[in-house]
This record gives sequence, C-alpha cells and structure tokens, in this order.
Amino acid sequence: MPAVSKGDGMRGLAVFISDIRNCKSKEAEIKRINKELANIRSKFKGDKALDGYSKKKYVCKLLFIFLLGHDIDFGHMEAVNLLSSNKYTEKQIGYLFISVLVNSNSELIRLINNAIKNDLASRNPTFMCLALHCIANVGSREMAEAFASEVPRVLVAGDTMDSVKQSAALCLLRLYKTSPDLVPMGEWTSRVVHLLNDQHMGVVTAAVSLITCLCKKNPDDFKTCVSLAVSRLSRIVSSASTDLQDYTYYFVPAPWLSVKLLRLLQCYPPPEDAAVKGRLVECLETILNKAQEPPKSKKVQHSNAKNAILFEAISLIIHYDSEPNLLVRACNQLGQFLQHRETNLRYLALESMCTLASSEFSHEAVKTHIETVINALKTERDVSVRQRAADLLYAMCDRTNAKQIVSEMLSYLETADYSIREEIVLKVAILAEKYAVDYSWYVDTILNLIRIAGDYVSEEVWYRVIQIVINRDDVQGYAAKTVFEALQAPACHENMVKVGGYILGEFGNLIAGDPRSSPLVQFNLLHSKFHLCSVATRALLLSAYIKFINLFPETKATIQDVLRSDSQIRNADVELQQRAVEYLKLSSIASTDVLATVLEEMPPFPERESSILAKLKKKKGPGAGSELDEGKKESGAELNGGVEPTASTALTCWGSGLPPPTSSTVPTSTGNLLVDVFSDSASAAPGLAPATEDNFLRSFFPLGDTVSLFVCKNNGVLFENQLLQIGVKSEFRQNLGRMYLFYGNKTSVQFQSFTPTVTYPGELQTGTQLNIQTKAVDPLVEGGAQVQQVLNIECLSDFTLTPLLNIKFRYGGALQNITLKLPITLNKFFQATEMLSQDFFQRWKQLSQPQQEAQKIFKANHPMDSEVTKAKLLGFGCALLDKVDPNPENYVGAGIIQTKSLQVGCLLRLEPNAQAQMYRLTLRTSREPVSRHLCGLLAEQF
Amino acid sequence: MRFMLLFSRQGKLRLQKWYLATSDKEKKKMVRELMQVVLARKPKMCSFLEWRDLKVVYKRYASLYFCCAIEGQDNELITLELIHRYVELLDKYFGSVCELDIIFNFEKAYFILDEFLMGGEIQDTSKKSVLKAIEQADLLQEEDESPRSVLEEMGLA
Repeated sequence: MPAVSKGDGMRGLAVFISDIRNCKSKEAEIKRINKELANIRSKFKGDKALDGYSKKKYVCKLLFIFLLGHDIDFGHMEAVNLLSSNKYTEKQIGYLFISVLVNSNSELIRLINNAIKNDLASRNPTFMCLALHCIANVGSREMAEAFASEVPRVLVAGDTMDSVKQSAALCLLRLYKTSPDLVPMGEWTSRVVHLLNDQHMGVVTAAVSLITCLCKKNPDDFKTCVSLAVSRLSRIVSSASTDLQDYTYYFVPAPWLSVKLLRLLQCYPPPEDAAVKGRLVECLETILNKAQEPPKSKKVQHSNAKNAILFEAISLIIHYDSEPNLLVRACNQLGQFLQHRETNLRYLALESMCTLASSEFSHEAVKTHIETVINALKTERDVSVRQRAADLLYAMCDRTNAKQIVSEMLSYLETADYSIREEIVLKVAILAEKYAVDYSWYVDTILNLIRIAGDYVSEEVWYRVIQIVINRDDVQGYAAKTVFEALQAPACHENMVKVGGYILGEFGNLIAGDPRSSPLVQFNLLHSKFHLCSVATRALLLSAYIKFINLFPETKATIQDVLRSDSQIRNADVELQQRAVEYLKLSSIASTDVLATVLEEMPPFPERESSILAKLKKKKGPGAGSELDEGKKESGAELNGGVEPTASTALTCWGSGLPPPTSSTVPTSTGNLLVDVFSDSASAAPGLAPATEDNFLRSFFPLGDTVSLFVCKNNGVLFENQLLQIGVKSEFRQNLGRMYLFYGNKTSVQFQSFTPTVTYPGELQTGTQLNIQTKAVDPLVEGGAQVQQVLNIECLSDFTLTPLLNIKFRYGGALQNITLKLPITLNKFFQATEMLSQDFFQRWKQLSQPQQEAQKIFKANHPMDSEVTKAKLLGFGCALLDKVDPNPENYVGAGIIQTKSLQVGCLLRLEPNAQAQMYRLTLRTSREPVSRHLCGLLAEQF
Repeated sequence: MRFMLLFSRQGKLRLQKWYLATSDKEKKKMVRELMQVVLARKPKMCSFLEWRDLKVVYKRYASLYFCCAIEGQDNELITLELIHRYVELLDKYFGSVCELDIIFNFEKAYFILDEFLMGGEIQDTSKKSVLKAIEQADLLQEEDESPRSVLEEMGLA
C-alpha cells in the first residue's frame, strides 16, 4: 500500500491494484481481473441501487482495468450517471472514464452532451472546466457539432473566470483542429486577439495556441496579433529573470509563452510597420545576445528553457529569410552548438542548420562548418544524430564541396545503419548527378554505390546512370571500361550485373580493341553471372547477348549455342523462353543489315522522362494528367542543366521491360517480332505505364514565366521538380473562380508537414482586390500519391499583381520551400461580349481619352498562325468579333471584366504584320491600369 | 502534442494520454512500437528521435520514461521542459513522487496532467495555479466524504 493516498483515495481500488501487482503470472492477472469484472457487473446489475461512492469506485476500477490493456464493454451508463452527481470527485471520475473510453452509442452521447451542457451553464468554474476538458479530450466531430458555437461564447464572455477562459481557448482549439468547418468565425475572433493583452499569463499562453492555429486559415482576420505578439514578447524578453514570478522557469522568464509567441509570428511575413519590425529585431538580437551570457544556473532546465527560445527565434529568423545579419549570427550560434557536450544541442543545431543552408544569406556561413559535420557523421554515437549530420551535408552541398561530401557519404555508407542506407544512397545519387562536372566521376560514384550498398540502390538510380551514359557519348567508353572492371569482382551485386549487361551490350565495342576485354571475354564475363541472377536480370542479359551478336559477329556462334541450350529455349519462365526463341530466330534469319537496324544503338533518351511521373499519372485523379499536353514547353535540354537533378528517372526500354522511347529508330515495318523483342511483356513490370505522350518528356518549366503560360488557358502543369509536380485545373465564371491544385509526390518517400499556403504580395494584401479561400490539405503526402486542394476565388476589384502559392514540406529531413505564382490573372474574369460593328466603333470612340488606351508594338515570338491566334484570344476570355475590322487580317475582341465592385468594359484590336513579323495590340478600357495590365499580359502570348 | 506516455523500464505502461483520434488497436500498436524504440536507446543518447512522421521527445526519471510525441514544427527543448514541469507537479503533489504513487493514484496523475495540458497544448505553466486547481478539488473531495471503515470499503459491511 502506498504511503500517500492523497485526498482520501478509494481503499477498495487500492486493494485491487495491490492484488494485480501481486499476481505472479499473466494468467493469474487475467483471472483476478475476470473475477473483478464479474463482481462489478453483478453490482451494476444488482437490485440494490448503488450509492455515488460505490459507483465511482467501480467505474474507477474499470478504468484501471482498461488502462492495463483489457477491453471494457460495460460501465458507460454508470459513468454517465456520475456526470450528473453534484459531488465533485464523482463527476470528475465520470468525466475521466468518458474521455478515456469514448463510446459511439448515440443514446449515451445524448446523455453525455446533456450533462456537459448543464455543467457549462452551471457558472461553477470547476464544473465548467471539467466539462470543457471532457469536450477537448473526446474531441470528436459529434462534440464539435454540439458545442462549437457554445465554447466561443464562454471564451469571450466578460464574466468568465481566467481558469475557465484558458480551458475554453484550448477546448476551442481542439474542436477547430478536428472540425474546422463547424467552428463559426465571428465577432469573437477580434476579441480573442485581444486576449494577447490579458493580464493573466496563463490566459495569454492558452490564447496564443488558439490564435496560432486559427490564423493559418484566416491570416487577415488575425493580422493585428502580430504587433500585439511583438510587444508582449518584447516585454518578456526584456524583463528581469524574477519579474514574472511563477511564470519564470529556472531563471528564464516565461519560456513557454515566448516560444509560442515566436511560433505565432512565423505564421506571418515580417511586420511591415517599421516600428514593430524594429522592436522585433531588437527582441531577436537580445535573445541571441543572451545565448552568449554566462548561465544564471547550472541546472540543465535553465539552459534548455533558454535554448528553446533561442531555437525558436532562429526558426523565425530563417522564416523571414531577410535579415542577413541575424541569419549569419544564428549560424554562428548554431556552429558553437555543433561542438557542445550536450547531445541534444548538437542534434538540434544540425537540424536547424539544415534550413539555414537553404538561405542564400547563410549558405556560405553554413559551409564553413563542413569539417565538424563530417566529423559528426563519423563519430556521433547516436544514429539519430548521424542522420541529422547526413541531412545537413546534403543541404550544404554545392559545386564547390560536392566531391568531398559525396566521398564522405560513400565511406559512411559502408558502416551506416541499415535504417538510413537507402536514404543515403538516394542522396548520394542526387548529389552526384546534380553537381557532376565530369561524368566519369558520376559513373564511378554510382558504381561505387552499387558496390557498397547494392541492396539499397533502387531501380530509379541504376536506370538513371544508364540514361546518362546513353545520352553522353563522351562518357560511354569510360563507363564500359569501368563496368567491365567492376564485373571482375567474384561477387558482385545483381544491380551491377544489370548495369554491366546494359552498358556492355550498347558500348562493349568501345573497349573490345583491348585483348583483355575482347568480345568473347566480355561475353564470358557476363554469362558467368547469368545463373545467379533473377529472371528479370536474365532477361536483360539475353537482350545484351543479341546486341553482342550485332556488335561482334564473331560471338554469334557462341551466343547462338547459349540461346539454343535447353536451359534457355525450354526455360520454364515464359519470358525467358520467348526471348531465347525469338533472339535465336532473329539472329539466324535476319540479314546483317536488318540485324544492324533492329539492334542499333539506343537513341538518346528524351530528357527528364520519369517513370515515377508515369506512375503518378496512372493514379492521378481528373485534371493533372490529361491537361499536361497543353503545358508543352522547351526544357533546358542539357542534362545536368544545373537546375534540378532527377535521380528518379527511368530507362524506358531494353530488358527492363519498359517500352522504347518515343524517338526510337526501330522501324515499325519489321512487324510483330520486334514488338515482342523490345516491348513490355506481361510478366515484366506491369505497373509501369508506357509514358509515350510527349507531355511527360518536357517536365521542367522555367519558373518565372509559368503564369504567362496560363494566361490563355486554365489547365496544365504549374510546377515540377524532381520531388513534386503541381497540376492545375480551373474554371471561372463572372467574378468567381474555382481552382483545383493537384500536388503529386514524385518520390517514393512520404512528404511531411506538407503545407501549401496562398500569400498576397504588395497591394493584394489589402484584401480588397482578390479573395481566395483554401481548404487545408493533409500534411502527409505518401510517396507516389497525389492530393488535391480547392481554391475558391473571388475577384473584388481589378488587380495587377499575381497571388503566390508557397509550399513547405519536409522531404527526408530537409525542409523544402517553394514559392510560385498562382495563375490567376485579371483576364480570367472576362465575360465575352458579342456586338455589332457599329456598336463596337461607337464604344471605341467613347473610350478615346489617352489614358484609357494602352498599346504595344512587338515582335512575334511564335509563328503567326491565325488559328492559334484566334484560340489564344478566345482563351484570353474576350469575344472575337467578325466583320468589324475592315482589314480581315486584324482581330477585334470585346468583353467585360467582372469584379465584385465594378465592371470594366474592354475592347481590343490586334493587328498582325506578317511581313515584318510584328504585331500591334491596342486595348481600350474605362480604367487606365486595366488597359495597361491586360495589354501587357496579352502581348506576351504572341 | 499528439500523445504522451509514461512507462517503466520493464515496459509497463503507466499512463497514456492521446490528443489525436485513433483506434484502440492502432494505439496499442504505437505504444508497443515506441516503447521498444525508446527502451533500446542508451543513456547518453539524445532525447529526440524521429518516429513515423512525428518527433518523439523523451526523458527518463528513475524507473519511469516520460515520452511525448510532437509534430514537425514543435519545439523539442520546450517539450523536454514540459515533461520536467509535469514531473515537478507530480513531485510536489505526492511529495517526492515514485512510480508506485502513479500506479496507485493513476486517476490523480491524469487529473494533474489535465490541469497542465489540454488538447495537447499547455494550459498553464505556473506550478502554483495548476496545484491550486488540484488541491481545490481535493478539498471538495474531503468535504464530500466522511471516512469509511475498512470493512465497508471491502464491501463486507
């Protein structure tokens, strides 16, 4: 029996707990529990009405049994009865039971809700708090339906006690998290913001949590919280370590509140008001300064609390990414932590530096710590710290240090934890390609990867090395020589055999001059691996053999013998058998010319063709796939264009079971045989769809002008890099629009904390021009999955700037931050207007003031095709008017820009001059900025 | 915060508090998995680890592990101190708390936690206000009940 039994516990319960603890075996425990359950059941069912105390005791026992991990299927009704008891402890146990053992029985829920309602209305603060706790603990949708409108009232009511306010704020937060649609926004929101000024620190702490969550969805409604938070923070930061009494924690004033305020500020861009900003910068500087001061206590709690604030301040500095001075100071501070004796601090410093590395202001400063980080990778005893070090090395890598980092990672790979090998392999592969200066280094690196960690090298990685070798003739000889050497090893990984087979089959001739790697030697080397390989690899090797017959006629007899052997031609595997039969026939029937044509060297791979994309397209919902063809755009055709790596791209043909690339030179006239030889067969990789459409081949869009691509159309691919593809589909009617964004995860790894947010630059911030409502998306995006987000757009008045979409997510530990323009331009709100010639000219004359007209004369950037021009003008949104302009070559259009506050009539005329390859575009509207803006938008389209 | 667990070195779960909606089956699975991971770690290792899509912050006090699962953007160090503050509260309430106190007065441990955290967010960081709330409740309780005889307690009266 414990010495302490506070507040007169329940002795029967203590006895029961002792009994359970004394049980020698699991069986004895179950027996004792069953006995107790039977006892409780009989008490509950018995004729004698139980008094409150006994009910409480039995309910508490049930709770204990449940928490031991046993199922409880009765007692709910008794617990609900306790809720209406007017004895505090009985009520309390009742609520505890209800919130731990949530039950979906609707009759019960009705009773529970009734009890909660009564307690909320009781004006007894302790009862109110219990009720609020129960709502928050259960936090179900039913709870939200019942109480989402009541709780805000409790929160802002003038006479609510502080402790109730705190509970109400957090209760509301919980309801908002589960069912945001059920929590009504209203005038209470502005009063919530002012809780930041509350005298009671506990109320402020609870309120900040609530506001931080609410403001993410409705940043404008809560904008005023920024300056309030800054002044609150500034007061805390500058207070002496004892000012805040009980809210001082080990000599650190209000650490929780400080962290929360700094977190809240990260929901907003830097304050625009210079005074507020100055005050905030001062706070951040003070926090950085304090880190250098001697500690006020030796206790770890003191330094933890202090550093918690420091790390949060650094997060804010990184979030703003606009104060070079603070960024560099932050980096130096973290640099000190990298060598701190506290493992926790080293871990956090590595993590935080990862995000600093992606800022242009601090990237160089981060790089100076490379030796320390490499050392951490080698010597840290904790795998989670080593993982952080690997992440940081990846993040700080650039052209200047790529070789060093890649070689360190490779050597680490030999001893790395199994749990992180695959990730390291991917990182090395990406870095090697991204920063390869000479491709022999790249080939060496990937082959090393296969040698060291072959099991962890995914298909995408070895597909990619082959793709690069095929496309770059300067590296082919080297690659052939290197794989040939690698294959000499007595035991080599199957992935090495695949790469070796493919490369020698294509480029074995480049090293055949050397007698040590003569054709027959090459063949024997490959064939010595054959029997140990899986079916897929053997199929690939068979293709290599037929390629050999073409490359080296002298190997024909040997290879035909192999193909003819029973183990090939009668292989139980249908794919292998078919290949053997067909290759044998092909080699004996076809003339040398035909053979040479059929087995010609692979054509270069179309750039950036991604197997993951193809997979994505298969899964994809409406929109993103089918519209892609509209988004054709020349990509930086050069491999390793310095922009983005694509380690996740795949081979599209050959033995890997994938169809040939679109530009394949295989003549179709040779008929079925070739299709069988080269194309996909049922057994191999059925999951990969042929990615033949042109649209997938050109996936990289120059970021800057994507919006101009969407001026005359509504659907297409908005953005793409090696991790993420964003498709867009939108429709507009009058001053309203709806946009569907499709976020596709191109990797096989989950994205975490995936948060796309719409932000407004410049004057859009006023909120009087555009109103965009979004729904949050699930923060987890599984590998290969696609999530959809709907944007509801309302045009309030004419605008010229473009709203931005910011996407943040974590991929393999590193924070990714992408900002791009949303294709919402003023012309989307065009309503086409048909009119007769005379009306047109009458209106044209009415708009004759100089500022109403905008004109541009410009060179044609695209072929001057009248059908295309028409399509573009219609896509722009206006009506095309026939027989208005006396010159039939000219185009005339009319439309009305629909905004909520006003309509802007708009007339346009486009005069092509085919000889000079020029256009003249004239726009007349009643509003000067609209004329100019539309003219600029449209002129870029031709 | 998504959830908080207290478990012993022997892997006995002493307290669990969930701030996310999951099935009981999934909860059991998560508890098992996470206990295994944490118990396997050596004393000098860092107190943070990535687990599934969450960050786990844990600290050992005597025979008990206190373990919190937080979200990506949450602050690890302040969570560590949140654990410490909870331990202080327990300590103050029970007077030098030990695992047995938490076993026998599990409902109190829950009540204290509820006063301190709500919906996974910290409600009040002041030790005084939290303890005041709990002690008030105890007072109410003492007024409520007249002590009973042992026999009555055992249901034999």
